[in-house]
Amino acid sequence: MGILEVRDVGKRFGGLQALSDVNLSIAENSVHAIIGPNGAGKSTLLNCLVGKLIPDTGSVSFEGQSVLGRKPHEINQMGISRVFQTPEIFGDLTVMENMMIPCLARRDGSFSLHGYRSLMADREIVDRAEHMLEDMNMSNKREMHAASMSRGDKRRLEIGMCLAQEPRLLLLDEPTAGMARADTNNTIDLLKEIKAKRNITIAIIEHDMHVVFSLAERITVLAQGKPLVEDTPENIKGHPKVREAYLGESSGH
Amino acid sequence: MTDQTQQTATVTQPRPRTRSSGGILGLTKKDFGLLVLVAILTIFAPVILNPFPAGSAMAQFNAGYPDLMQRFVIFGIFAIGFNILFGLTGYLSFGHAAFLGVGSYAGIWSMKLLTLNVIPAILVSVIVAGLFSLIVGFISLRRSGIYFSILTLAFAMMSYALAYSVLTPITGGETGLQLRASDPRIFGGELMPGMTPRATLFGMQMQDSTDLRFGAWTFTLNTGYYIAGIVLLVAFYLSIRIFRSPFGMMLRAVKSNQNRLNYTGLSPKPYTLAAFVISGMYAGLAGGLLVAMDTQVGAERMFWTASGEVVLMTILGGAGTLIGPILGAGFIKYFENIVSTINKSTLESWFAFMPDGLQDAFVAVIYPFVGKGWHLTLGLLFMLVVIFLPGGLVQGGSKLATVFRRDRKGGGVEDDAAAQRQAREE
Ligand SMILES: Nc1ncnc2c1ncn2[C@@H]1O[C@H](COP(=O)(O)OP(=O)(O)OP(=O)(O)O)[C@@H](O)[C@H]1O
Ligand SMILES: [Mg+2]
Repeated sequence: MGILEVRDVGKRFGGLQALSDVNLSIAENSVHAIIGPNGAGKSTLLNCLVGKLIPDTGSVSFEGQSVLGRKPHEINQMGISRVFQTPEIFGDLTVMENMMIPCLARRDGSFSLHGYRSLMADREIVDRAEHMLEDMNMSNKREMHAASMSRGDKRRLEIGMCLAQEPRLLLLDEPTAGMARADTNNTIDLLKEIKAKRNITIAIIEHDMHVVFSLAERITVLAQGKPLVEDTPENIKGHPKVREAYLGESSGH
Repeated sequence: MTDQTQQTATVTQPRPRTRSSGGILGLTKKDFGLLVLVAILTIFAPVILNPFPAGSAMAQFNAGYPDLMQRFVIFGIFAIGFNILFGLTGYLSFGHAAFLGVGSYAGIWSMKLLTLNVIPAILVSVIVAGLFSLIVGFISLRRSGIYFSILTLAFAMMSYALAYSVLTPITGGETGLQLRASDPRIFGGELMPGMTPRATLFGMQMQDSTDLRFGAWTFTLNTGYYIAGIVLLVAFYLSIRIFRSPFGMMLRAVKSNQNRLNYTGLSPKPYTLAAFVISGMYAGLAGGLLVAMDTQVGAERMFWTASGEVVLMTILGGAGTLIGPILGAGFIKYFENIVSTINKSTLESWFAFMPDGLQDAFVAVIYPFVGKGWHLTLGLLFMLVVIFLPGGLVQGGSKLATVFRRDRKGGGVEDDAAAQRQAREE
């Protein structure tokens, strides 16, 4: 049994069968990549895992518990964090404040009415957020408004915010899209480092094959809403079906 | 890459860290300074607002009389509370006057049935308004954006209609409620028939005043005003605490990105509901103070224009800033009470030094903007502020400050909220 079990999941948008009979098992403490051409249904699959969408058929369970029918924040509190394809951060807040929010969520749960406490006097949260910013190499930007940062920085911040929650499963939707080459390499190093430091399972959607082959231990290829093959990176590289479905599609990234 | 250039262009100067955990009253230096500023303004308002000698031509512009000063303070409280909802979460309620009205009715019943002491009256106002806002908020917050605003407006209009007609036995309908000697007060203190009941605080009467005379100047120190002023300071202090708390940051996060909030394991609904109830309680507090000062209440207090007025106050002063709502409330109440009293003969006396034809022309041009036309002036001012200072008067103030102080390093917290607002509008 993997940490995440997806069974026979299907999802239809009007006339479009975005997902059909998707079966996926992600092993604990592994890095599992999901690749596939544009429109293959990768983001839709993630949406079904985090409660953004409810699949029409099938089941999704995390650590043996079903996630279906739970609200997004409840699923997150179970231990699943997600980085979105387009960065989702608190643009009006400073980088430091952005980082403090997941720290608070992790400690105080989904709601707490601490209206009289001083935020900046909360050493535990301040220290932790600062520590995370250092890890992400963003300490010099702590007072910047998050919206004014570059796309690459926004995404790094979002990854940092997810990591601050210490999730057991981290879902990354094209984490390096829009990043400069150097930032991409930094992100790869960061993820490797995190992987080495603590128990975490990572599912990553990525068009950049350099990233995929640097990180992934297993790869699932999705095409037109169906898993085509699942195998180790070495086997996937030479797989004829994959070349057929994939070649020419991802050159833009 | 474009990313790179964008990045270097927007790096702001690092600001000194504000990590002093204790501070005075648990506030940072800057916030404490703001509190002191408001305290000084409140204490010296009777003097500051009466700069012109009584009887002079300009005495018209004096605002330092108890009734108006009480209104400044009470509507300041109302706007501070409204700002906790609107300024932080961005949820624009068009029905907050309903909570003020409900608070007033609850307060006057406390004075009719319990005691003339204003403390129980105010507490009852806050509690009843809080409960009512819990119901209204729970239902209205099922929607966001314009639908939320419309729902709150609908609730307020229903409350007004109920108070005006259906609930006449409780609200006095058209005539409203006043205190009477015949009220069945439990802790009455015996009132002779014919005596007018007055709101008190342990023997002090709200409308007691002392006049200080300095030559031609007269300053009126009023008990009710200072009691309301103390409540304002407490209310303002609590709002600073909320702004600087984890809860306050979550409210700003709600405004910024609810999606991210959800996927960070936080549920926006209880946060917005809590903010709604807190602002409803502030409105109830203001309503309670209003009856404590003038011992009467009518349904017009809940009319939709009253709800719109607090929106104007908050935006005019600077939504999301701490002191903005107080400034906005003062500004609007000043216009409502001062500019509206300027009539034709006052104008004629001002321009009396001019030749006849010119005098008539000036009076004719200015007259539509004063007296009953004060709304016109207010509307124009509001437009100017919203267009040129989306951060409100606070932004105007900080712009002036930048002109005078060239060596500013970084911005203050207040300027930030104001500037941010401007950035969003652009
Ligand atoms: N909410 C939605 N409503 C309708 N159609 C949708 C919705 N979300 C996705 N789709 C469609 O489902 C298909 C799969 O979309 P999805 O975003 O999952 O693809 P993807 O594999 O993530 O692609 P990309 O690599 O471009 O991100 C697409 O054809 C898309 O247009
Ligand atoms: Mg996608």
